[in-house]
Amino acid sequence: MEYSYYPGCSLHSTGLEYSLSTKAVFSHLGIQLVELSGWNCCGASSAHAFDHNLALALPARNLALAQASGRDLVAPCAACFNRMKAADYSLRNDPEERALLEAAVGFKFTGEVTVRPMLAVLHDDYGVETLKAQVRQPLHGLKVVPYYGCLLVRPPQITEFDDPDHPVVMADLLDAIGAEVMPWSHATDCCGAGLSLSRADIVQKQVSRLVERAREAGADALVTACPLCQVNLEMRQTSQPSMPAFYYTELIGLAFGLPDVKKWWRKHLIDPTPVLQAAGIEPLAKVVEH
Amino acid sequence: MLNNLAFETDRLSGQTVELCYHCHKCTAGCPVVDAMDYGPDRLLRMVSLDQRQEVLSSPDIWLCAGCYTCATRCPNDIDISAVMDALRQISIKEGITAGEKNALLFHKLFIGVVERMGRSHEAATLGLFKVLSDTPLMNDVGAGLGLFLRGKVPLLPQRSGAAKEVRAIFQECRSSSEPTDQAD
Repeated sequence: MEYSYYPGCSLHSTGLEYSLSTKAVFSHLGIQLVELSGWNCCGASSAHAFDHNLALALPARNLALAQASGRDLVAPCAACFNRMKAADYSLRNDPEERALLEAAVGFKFTGEVTVRPMLAVLHDDYGVETLKAQVRQPLHGLKVVPYYGCLLVRPPQITEFDDPDHPVVMADLLDAIGAEVMPWSHATDCCGAGLSLSRADIVQKQVSRLVERAREAGADALVTACPLCQVNLEMRQTSQPSMPAFYYTELIGLAFGLPDVKKWWRKHLIDPTPVLQAAGIEPLAKVVEH
Repeated sequence: MLNNLAFETDRLSGQTVELCYHCHKCTAGCPVVDAMDYGPDRLLRMVSLDQRQEVLSSPDIWLCAGCYTCATRCPNDIDISAVMDALRQISIKEGITAGEKNALLFHKLFIGVVERMGRSHEAATLGLFKVLSDTPLMNDVGAGLGLFLRGKVPLLPQRSGAAKEVRAIFQECRSSSEPTDQAD
């Protein structure tokens, strides 16, 4: 299995542990992620405030690179995935916009390459049962709530992924690695996203509400698939005791017994080790290394 | 006619704001509505009524988090997030003082860095925002330091190899987005 890989800006900065755990998990599973050479920022939540065409042309350039590579494109970041899919949607469905984007980027869209959410690659392409067979240390005793945020599932006609109101893909994966998935109703609520700097008060309120609801659901930790959600969840929490937010790739890597998990924990603003210890989960690192 | 806000908004967003029958679903589900002056459904009505100044200078258009909850739930399939984007674009083009200055400043800094480097660069964006915004200088110093100490805000930008081509895309989009139908 081989994919073109678009890490996006966050995975080189605030989402470092997402990047590290993704590479470790995929390489363990033998799934090749080939980073697109010369990729650019997708424009995130800022470009569309200025110019509709620019907001599609920036991700379209990455689609052009992926098309040249001939491999389907995987984007771990929810926002990058969303922008890439939005450009792909316009290129497929709007001939006028397509002509404009092709001219701006300088390519001819063939539609042969699809944009895949990374969760779907693990869940559908690799398969939950095959993934389960790789588990060396089931995360029994760890109670979690899956948190998707907005841009993986909305707007559904663009994202074409899971159910916008009741997504199940992350829960399936977490269940497969032995974690106890707690039911809750806030998996697709917004964390406040890009308002984090300009209106930290709003994001604090959103995040605190999410953490309280997660606690009510009986969870020890949140699990996310978005680098902006993750940094907001850990940076903007105000209540005590604080609750860590894992990337799903980190927990999968932990369940596989991969050697580097402690390096990922050190990147967190909220140390997740107490929660893991309380659940009786110790990294298998030393066992694997020797 | 062409100066009518609803007309302009519809053209830029590809939506039809007049389809709104004010079921209030968007406002009921909006995660940031309590910080807004009007909320999404009233704002749509104000657009229809051409209340230009009130709409374009409202904090609401900048507070929208772009979460698409409203767009997903609207029974008339109005992508209200796209409407908010169109209102931002008009507001910027007309040089209206943003109802949330810091939100606009953040977007400007972010996209300015992308235009120059091809990728975003947190250290530059955060640093400039600290200096140029009117948020208290010591806000977020702890959080910023926490990220820095974990190696999460590298001081030097990455070479993307894309900067030149990305600048060309910005240029191209600027010229293609110039309105050609200026007849009144």
